[in-house]
Amino acid sequence: MDRIPCAPLVLAAFTATSGVGVGNAATLASLRSRRGGLRPCDFDGVDVPTWIGAVDGVDAQPLRPGCARYDCRNNRLAELALGQDGLLERVRAAAGRHGAQRVGVFVGTSTSGILETERAYRRRDPRDGPLPADFDYRGTHNAFSTVDYLRRRCGLAGPAATVCAACASSAKAFAVARRMIAADVIDAALVGGVDSLCLTTLYGFHSLQLLAPGPCRPFDAARDGLSVGEAGAFALLERVPPSLDPDAVLLLGAGESSDAHHLSTPHPDGLGARMAIERALDDARLDAGAIDYVNLHGTGTPSNDRAESLAVRATCGAAVPCSSTKGATGHALGAAGALEAVLSALCLGAGLLPAGLGTTRVDASLGVNYLTDNRAAPLRRILSNSFGFGGANCCLVLGTAG
Amino acid sequence: MSLGAYVDGIGVLGPGMPDWGAAARILSGSGEYRPTASELPAPSILPVAERRRTGRVVRLALAVAMEAVQGAALDPAQLPGVFTSSGGDGANCHEICSALAAPQRELSPTRFTNSVHNLVAGYWSIAVGAMRASQTLCAYDASFAAGLLEALVGVAIEREPVLLVAYDAPYPPPLHATRPIAAEFGVALVLTPGRSARSVARIETVVAAEPAATLDDARLEALRCGVPAARSLPLLAALAGGSPQVAPLEYLDAGTLRVQVQLCG
Repeated sequence: MDRIPCAPLVLAAFTATSGVGVGNAATLASLRSRRGGLRPCDFDGVDVPTWIGAVDGVDAQPLRPGCARYDCRNNRLAELALGQDGLLERVRAAAGRHGAQRVGVFVGTSTSGILETERAYRRRDPRDGPLPADFDYRGTHNAFSTVDYLRRRCGLAGPAATVCAACASSAKAFAVARRMIAADVIDAALVGGVDSLCLTTLYGFHSLQLLAPGPCRPFDAARDGLSVGEAGAFALLERVPPSLDPDAVLLLGAGESSDAHHLSTPHPDGLGARMAIERALDDARLDAGAIDYVNLHGTGTPSNDRAESLAVRATCGAAVPCSSTKGATGHALGAAGALEAVLSALCLGAGLLPAGLGTTRVDASLGVNYLTDNRAAPLRRILSNSFGFGGANCCLVLGTAG
Repeated sequence: MSLGAYVDGIGVLGPGMPDWGAAARILSGSGEYRPTASELPAPSILPVAERRRTGRVVRLALAVAMEAVQGAALDPAQLPGVFTSSGGDGANCHEICSALAAPQRELSPTRFTNSVHNLVAGYWSIAVGAMRASQTLCAYDASFAAGLLEALVGVAIEREPVLLVAYDAPYPPPLHATRPIAAEFGVALVLTPGRSARSVARIETVVAAEPAATLDDARLEALRCGVPAARSLPLLAALAGGSPQVAPLEYLDAGTLRVQVQLCG
């Protein structure tokens, strides 16, 4: 039996908040002016020599009254991001149109609100002390916390789950929602990713020797690791209506695979990444030649970028323009896929192929057409790659309606 | 909107339930339930280097996944996977938070690698060479129903078998006091679009607003309430043929994922 094709969906609304800006206008202005959001790490007493892509104003962002139990950096970031570009209103309107039960929530994260748990552990007696009484596991630490908060915040009652596939989490959230809509379980979905700075990831990547000491330089010959960032990015996915603005952005395809190779290093030949790209193109019913720009996963670690370059060359060829916006935003981990899907949507609308910031000497041995300068050109189809620990791969194809 | 599939393979591992056969005897009422601590088999399907790095929750999940796949007599490398858990590896999480609270903040690379919620999906893919898509989900106490729904959507769209694996294990103190998961419990189902000689039952599911099914035996009911993955027990009881063939499973809010079970004769 053949698979049932998933029809394209429209990103009826979308927004991004990251180190390069709160909301779409600030984000796009940063991309246009090549303004990066990385700075030396000054987060929570962390003493690791690295740079971070922090979002300003997260700690000052209140949650909705009555939601005190959800109070943590991750949910404050979710609230900050949700409040931009009319997203909250558009999601609520969708619930009014379709019924709250018919609007799902699928959001990716890697560490949720574990920062609260890290802090709670610092406040206990390390020998046998309990966690402080004000620590709320369900509201903050548990991976479902942010989806739980978003459902309440938006008044949604449809199927929901947090998608946890490390750095591919929030790209997969788009794929999960796409299938749910195709199967007619829901009519619309709030999808996205929220991941916030914490000690686990900063010290964790440090232990793996994967952090760049300065700002990351994806695809540079002298690249030496990643910069951890944070982000909240959302889209409202709905079926394509009969008439649509030609500038509307569509989710055309999604492709997924597993490396089946190693928990924390990619397949050396980029095999899993290649399969995910091929499936995404197949799902979008597009030839590789239709892709105008590839938003790379491009973390800036030597092995990740090499594996990805092999996959991109094998599928889309060496000529397709590509770059990693992580040079600007840092690696937003579980939120990276959604952040870069929304950045791709913004670039489609603006006709902007964004420069990969931080990279000065492209690694010629990678053999791809990596952009170090912004380029203005009509854009119709973008491939956005996300790959994560556990060998999780997910690639999205976004395009304009016209 | 109803979603259906055939259940071709079942794996179970929990207190007093070393496998699906034992669980089925208990859940069908033909065997007494005596909860004892689970003995987890060594994950011999993993390469030695990976085997050393796995904690109990990975061993639990791999064991039930393999039992279900063997029951369905399918090649595990060809199966897309849906993995679902409320908490991942809680023991590992405790070690990380303890290390980060200590003055020197030394974290081991393996601890960090194992902190990802999708570690079971990763280890499973390595163990059996599965390069197909996999999902790892969390929906707190609704994690089993969320995973079942996702797996059934996969069967409906892809028109091919899907492996569902749900697992949870207790946190050590002090996290245990804030999230008191009662025991290790894992369950796996191979769901297929068409009936085969291996098919145990046909299931049809719909999201419903009704109370979740409970179990008559107080100890089984305590297990159901005590472990998110064990919210599957009413479905397993129906699959064992020992209870009503409609099993509303705890889902989000006050709702359920209502599963209708028709055993294959």
